[in-house]
Parts: sequence; C-alpha cells; structure tokens
Amino acid sequence: MTGHPHPPPRASLIAVIVACGLIGLPLLGLALRAPWPTILDQISRPEVLSALWLSIECSLAATALSFAIGLPLAVWMASETSRWNNVVRALVLLPMVLPPVVGGLALLLAFGRNGVFGQYLDAWFGIALPFSTAGVIVAETWVALPFFVLTAESGLRASDTRAADAAATLGAKPWRILTTITLPMIAPSLQAASILAWARALGEFGATITFAGNLESTTRTMPLAVYTALETSPEAAITLSFVLIAIAAAVLFVLRKRWFPTGRTAR
Amino acid sequence: MKLDASIGLRRGALRIDAHLLAGAGETVALVGPNGAGKTSCLHALAGLVRLEHGNVRLGMRLFDDGSAANFIPPEERRLGVVFQDHRLFPAMSVLDNVAYGPRSRGIDKRIARATAQEWLERVGITKRDEKPVALSGGEAARVALARALAYEPDMLLLDEPLAAVDASARVTLESVLRSHLANFEGPRLLVAHDIGDAIALADRLIVLEAGCVIQSGTADELARRPLSNYVADLAGVNRFVGHCQGSIVTIGNAELTVVSPIDGDVVVTLHPRAVSLFPERPTGSPRNVFELRVLHIESLHDRHRVQLTGSLPLVAEVTTASVEALRLHEGRTIFAAIKATELVVSPH
Repeated sequence: MTGHPHPPPRASLIAVIVACGLIGLPLLGLALRAPWPTILDQISRPEVLSALWLSIECSLAATALSFAIGLPLAVWMASETSRWNNVVRALVLLPMVLPPVVGGLALLLAFGRNGVFGQYLDAWFGIALPFSTAGVIVAETWVALPFFVLTAESGLRASDTRAADAAATLGAKPWRILTTITLPMIAPSLQAASILAWARALGEFGATITFAGNLESTTRTMPLAVYTALETSPEAAITLSFVLIAIAAAVLFVLRKRWFPTGRTAR
Repeated sequence: MKLDASIGLRRGALRIDAHLLAGAGETVALVGPNGAGKTSCLHALAGLVRLEHGNVRLGMRLFDDGSAANFIPPEERRLGVVFQDHRLFPAMSVLDNVAYGPRSRGIDKRIARATAQEWLERVGITKRDEKPVALSGGEAARVALARALAYEPDMLLLDEPLAAVDASARVTLESVLRSHLANFEGPRLLVAHDIGDAIALADRLIVLEAGCVIQSGTADELARRPLSNYVADLAGVNRFVGHCQGSIVTIGNAELTVVSPIDGDVVVTLHPRAVSLFPERPTGSPRNVFELRVLHIESLHDRHRVQLTGSLPLVAEVTTASVEALRLHEGRTIFAAIKATELVVSPH
C-alpha cells in the first residue's frame, strides 16, 4: 500500500472533524459520566461478572463454530465457479445486511420450541434452543459467520498460488496442499477473520434478545446487560460499556497491521 | 523413457505450437527470447497449464491430449520441477521442503527426512533447520533442485536454473547442476534465456521463437548454421544475407571472397573466433580485410566479445591478452581479417 502522492483537498478536513466529533464526542460523554471512583466495585459485581463471563463463553463458542463452518465454506467459495457460488454467497451474506432482530425472529420461528424445525429438535433430541445459552451461541454464529467467511475468502483469493503449484508438482493432493501450504500462508487472514467474527458475536444484541431472551446468567450477555442496567442503574450501564470499549480497543490493537497502513504514519 | 510432446495452447496473444523431444539421459535446453513461450511449455509439461491441442507423452504414459478425460494432474505426473523463482515453502524448514515430495508419496516422516538430509548433503546445503528466507539465491536454487530430486521424478524440468543467481554463486551452482543432471536417468529439460547457460548444461538446444520451434540441434550445429538472426545472435555467430556471384558475396557495401560459392542470394555465417584483429592493415594472405571501428567490448568468462561497426558489422571474439596487446577500446579503429575458408555459405 503506497501513499497517495497528492495532498487532499482542504474541504476534506471538514469531514474529518465531523466524523471525529460524531464518533469521539459520545465516547467522551461516556467517559465524563463514568463513575470512576467506584468503577472497580461496579465491575466486580456478580451480575456484571456473570454477564462478562457468559459473553466471553458464547462469543468464543460462536467464533469456533464460525471457524469450523466458515473455513470449508470459504475454501469452496474461493474455488467454486458454478452459479451455485452466487446463490450460496447471497445466502451467507444475508445476515450481514439484515437487521439482527429480524434474524432473531426468523431463528425463533424456525428453531423455537414450536418452530417449523424446532418442534422436531425438541421432540426427537430434547434440544430446546430458545432461552438457552446454546440459543445465544446460535444467534451469535448467525450474525458472525458472514464476517468470517468474507475475510477468509478474500484472503484465499489473494493468496499466491505459486507455492501451491509447486506442491502439486511434488505429488501433493488438494487436501494436502490446503493443509500444508495454503492455510499456513493465509493464517493472518484467518486470524483477522476470527477476531472480526468474535467482535461481532460479542456485540450481538438484536438476534440474541429476540431468539434467546434476556435471562440473567443464562442468556444475558454484556450488551443485554447494558440495556437492562440502563433502566435500573445507569452507572452500571456506563461501566459495562467501558468494558466493551476496552475490548474493542484491544481488537484494534491486535488488528493494527491490517487496518493501519504502514509507512504513512512514520513521516 | 522418452518425452514426446507437441504443445498447442494460447497464452494471451501468443499461440504456442511446439514439438519437443527429449530422450532418457538427455539434457535439452529450450532457449528463446522473452515471451517466446518457454515457461508456458514447461508448465504444460508439468500439468500446471492445460493443452488446447497436441499431446504430452512420457514413455508409455499420456499426460494430456487437450481432453478433460485424459488430463493427468501435476500431482500424478511424478516430475521434478525447479521453478525460476524456486517456490520454496516459506513456512517450512529447508529440510521439510526437501522432504515434502517423499511425504506426499506417503513415506514415513522419519525416512522422508533422512532422504531429504542425504539430498541436501549432495547439493552441499548445511542450513537444514532454517527457513528458506535465510538462504541466498544460489542456495535456494540448490535446495529447489534437491527438493525436486528427492521426489524421485521420472523427468526433470528446470526453469532458468541459473538466472536468479549472482556471478559468485553461479560456478558452484553450475557444477552442482551439471553433476546431478548427468546422474539423472530420465529426460532433462531446461528453459534458458541465456545461451551460455544452455550450452553449459545441455546436450541439445531447441530454439523457440514466438511459440514455434525455429531450430534444434547441438550448440555447434546452431552456431554453424543459424536459421534466424535470433539464433545467430544467440550463438554469437555473425550472419549476413547477401548476393553471391562468382566467388564474391556482396553484402551492402562490403564484399567477401568465399571458397564455396553458390550463385544467387545466400546466407553467410562466420564464427566470431574466426575474425582476426590487427592494429595495421595486414599484409599477405587474408583477402577479406575491413577497416572497422570498435563499438562495444563485452567480457565473457575467459575472452572478450568485440562488436565492430563500419562497412561490415562484425562480432569478433578475442582473448583478454589480445585486447591488451591491441589496446582495444571503444571508438578505436582496427583491421579485421577473415579467412575465406571460415565463411560458411548457404542458399537463402
């Protein structure tokens, strides 16, 4: 990525200021209202810790699921050239553009206890997804999967196939080429894909509350806890928000190489 | 086992239609200018590019005849390919790179590594546990060769094996290549942009220009009778087109006396070593003497190639000693003499 040699038009400065204000001022407002002296006590409250723990648990599980389903899917999408590719692609991208609350409703109608498929899950396997932690994981995977697939697929498409060609001439079958050559090569893309999917799962609200409900220590993840706390103790909501901001900052830090072009900042 | 391939395919605007033959134990160099389709031919033999028509056969096996049903993918061809950019696997150690082929064949990890170790020793590489990034160009080329050989291939394909290597590493690499090519029993095909590389390593040369085979033969045969200006330049041979009458060939403003005249339009070739240079006009036997100006002096391994301009543009090859004795430098005027017996005349 090389820097743009022309200076930007001065008018673009206005957009820079507006954007920074739009995103930065609310964060500043949050910081000014935060109960700084008691923030550690707030964080260590049992309902906060349980929400945090549940969030981490569910988002990691959703990331693992996205990885397990998303990686083979991305491999297929990166190499398949039939028109099925576009059909599958449209389906996989849908959760990214659909409001999560609609997704939650759809999940409820499909896999709810009386849902089209859910009634058989309940009757045959005794599995009830709604209002359970498993339901949270399903809802989070539903919204996170497209982020994983798209990032992994673009990594695969951009990957250099020359080493894979060399491996083929050395007798490696497609599966061996994938596992020994291609995947190690796109490891940075897979890392970014996982973190994106995880961050999306962690922040999931609409689909979760619609499909899995808002039950403390079972389905009340951090975003749901923020929403709930707003009505009873705004200070707690602010504290919870700060935990989420800290996590977001950590994500930015881990992915800094991907999102911050190098070379320009050093000047 | 013999390679018999007739390669028909298109790469962009280039249409390749080339027949390549290489016998067991024979090293054939595919030479030609950039963009002639040399690497595409190599990739078609390896199965990385599919034929549109023609066929590729190695011994009794058919690899490709342009149909999907008969296409054998690269992983089932059992060939040793050394790529121009080497294509070592960056995430693996040097040893695991070389063990990759045996491992692909299902050989136990320990045995594959022992085999790889032997091959690394044979090509003189000790950095077995390092990543390829730690290797110099010459070392990477030797590892790539070891990796191809450790796979125990039926045929060796080398793409510009000496190209990505600096002069100091070249001597080692060239001798390693020559000895391993000699010990390899199957056909050996190498792509070379530089005629020197081709002559150094190959028994026979195939000249490819714009996707077509122009000429094939030993380096001597090509130098003696180059069929195109490219081949003449390639082999460093002087090649003139002129008109012959009696024993005189007229080439532009210059006249050459020849001993085996053919009436009509002719091609005259002359090896650069057959051109003698003198500081003064020589007296005595040579009849073909030209007063020429030195345009450029190029130093080869042990001699110099002198490009001359004037009534007859000539290339002469002289020893380093004569460059000094004649005080040759660019712009100097000297006399070039050619013995009539050295001129090869053929009908145009």
